[in-house]
Amino acid sequence: MFNTLKKSAAALAIASLISAPAMAGDLSIIFDDLNPAPKAGFEAAVEKFKAANPDINVTVSINDREAHKTAIRNFLSAEAPDITTWYPGNRMAPFVNAGQFEDVSDVWEAEGFSDSLASTKSAMTIDDKQWGVPYTYYQWGIYYRPDVFEAQGVEVPKNWEELLAASAKLKEAGITPITIGTKDLWPIAGVFDYLNLRTNGYDVHNDLTAGKIKYSDPRIVAVFEKWRELVEPGYFLENHATMSWQDAMAPFIKGEAAMYVMGNFAVESMRDGGLTDEQIGFMPFPEITPGIARAEEAPTDAFFIPAKAKNKVDARKFLAFIAQPDIQTEWNKTIGQLPINKNSEVSDDKFLQAGFETLSTANGLAQFYDRDAPAEMAKAGMEGFQEFMIKPERLEKILQRLDKVQARVYK
Amino acid sequence: MASDSGNAATLTAQPPSRSWLYRNRIKLAPWMFLAPGLIFFFIYVIAPIFQSIWISFYDWDGLGPKQWVGMANYVELMDDDRFFTSLINNIWWLVLYMLAVPAGLGIALFLNQTVTGIRLYKSLFFFPFVISQVVVGLIFTWFYNPDFGIVGIVWNFFGATPPAILADEDLVTFGIIFAGLWPQIAYCMILYLTGLNNVSPDQVEAGRLDNASGWKMLWFIILPQLKPATFIAIVVTVIGALRSFDLIAVMTGGGPYGSSNVLAYYMFETALSEYGFRYGYGSAIATVLFLIMLVYISFFLWRMYQDEKG
Repeated sequence: MFNTLKKSAAALAIASLISAPAMAGDLSIIFDDLNPAPKAGFEAAVEKFKAANPDINVTVSINDREAHKTAIRNFLSAEAPDITTWYPGNRMAPFVNAGQFEDVSDVWEAEGFSDSLASTKSAMTIDDKQWGVPYTYYQWGIYYRPDVFEAQGVEVPKNWEELLAASAKLKEAGITPITIGTKDLWPIAGVFDYLNLRTNGYDVHNDLTAGKIKYSDPRIVAVFEKWRELVEPGYFLENHATMSWQDAMAPFIKGEAAMYVMGNFAVESMRDGGLTDEQIGFMPFPEITPGIARAEEAPTDAFFIPAKAKNKVDARKFLAFIAQPDIQTEWNKTIGQLPINKNSEVSDDKFLQAGFETLSTANGLAQFYDRDAPAEMAKAGMEGFQEFMIKPERLEKILQRLDKVQARVYK
Repeated sequence: MASDSGNAATLTAQPPSRSWLYRNRIKLAPWMFLAPGLIFFFIYVIAPIFQSIWISFYDWDGLGPKQWVGMANYVELMDDDRFFTSLINNIWWLVLYMLAVPAGLGIALFLNQTVTGIRLYKSLFFFPFVISQVVVGLIFTWFYNPDFGIVGIVWNFFGATPPAILADEDLVTFGIIFAGLWPQIAYCMILYLTGLNNVSPDQVEAGRLDNASGWKMLWFIILPQLKPATFIAIVVTVIGALRSFDLIAVMTGGGPYGSSNVLAYYMFETALSEYGFRYGYGSAIATVLFLIMLVYISFFLWRMYQDEKG
């Protein structure tokens, strides 16, 4: 009896081995956003891909974004799909270094992406090879309330002094100058990045996140000193550590706070909250060090082929497909973000137009602190920023701790 | 009698036709029934303990090759502020969570009366235990909000500035423990209510004849009979305190800047969260937590053994 059991088990194992590679023509994709607009944009693109490639049988599964972040480690090494979403920059480095992502430089070469997707090429590149194909990005900056500004007689600030003056005036009128929610930590990284990019420029941002500059470096200390000028007079929303970014939206919508350092996805919440487009303004983060080349935050989302994918041929077809100008145009119109292909059209939404203008004239594009720095450093760093915003007097201790973490993470 | 021994004789008379399995079936049967449970207990409980201790000697991100680092993870723990914050918070949890036991007893005694409608009150007191910890966390997060929460409203009513409990490194742990006590007290109360059902009326009556009442009655007659309930209440409370996790995840995520972390959550963060994936370091934290549990479990097993011995 045991013998027959063994035999049938062996037969089963062999059968599954044979059937796995025999399924060429099947393409499985894992996408990471369940929100209505991103889901719709993705599904529409997949439908078009199916129509263009009727012989490929596409299966799609869509994860929750946070769940995807933890699940990806398991499915990459165990049961890999043919395509998965992930983030460029340092966030893809662990997978690239562990040999879990497929080198897709050939797709870039064949499709001429080095030209049409030039703006994000550096973010997709490790060791001179490209590891994925981006489909969208969006700008960060300061969203503000023009009506509140006008009521208080505040001009849109162009530089640091004007920002401080505007904040002082708003604060005096009982309005929180800048709203922020730091419970989930990442919104605080946007503020730090902009202060750093405007004080020191793009190269210092990259050197810091690459571990080449210490946190106690005078240039980074200078960033915190600028930050202090906003923190100590109380220009940020109180109790920010208890709020998510959505919670911090409430005072902005009610007109109790005037500015919000955020990504373009926030516009949707502002509109949902009942603000009209006339009540929302967008400005690039004001200049701090005069004459420094302007760099912006533009987090990018991309598709990757896992090294263990079964159908890499069709996966490459899909990557080439999603970067086409018309596909990116349509997709980004749906999700309200910016296409990366320079031949795509930007939707006529005023914030996207403003964002396109801001990003296309920028000197450099940063991926965001927590995508550019290794995860462990990012966590410690953002906790340090949060501590600084609550207890600015502890700056020295915080920087020492970050140096310590840095020394360990980048060894 | 005679036929019995005859049967036995026939059984022993023909050994070659019976297999070894058949002969030992009485001895084997319980093990065969136990086997699935034992196998799973070994695979999912015992083996991971050793596996986890083993991994704690490595530096491993779950993808690349493992690198042997010996005690380095533990050495690093000794120099980690976040770890000590978590450890101290764990101690606060252990100490303050114990309040659930006397509080549960008090409520149980109060509810253990025959008054009209007492069932309704009882079920209301059951309520916090029925709702999920995640919901408890959300509810208390709203309570504590200084802008629109009940805490803020009460403070403002007295003309005071409400504290941002969940943003204050000195208050946040106590805020979360307080939220956790709510369902935990209900849990202990349920244990004591069932215990009170078994209190012998004869002994109470006898105590009354001997003039015992009030505290004396409680201390000398009721409480000794509630000993099994107290034992369970303390066990579940200690375990609940040590593995406190969901409330912290929901209410603060360990923040602000790690000040409300406990070992269980810190382990999760370093090993499995978005910014973690240091399996070795996480395992080292898990090992420390395991050792704390081990001390406690040994103590209780020893106590139980002493009690059984009489």
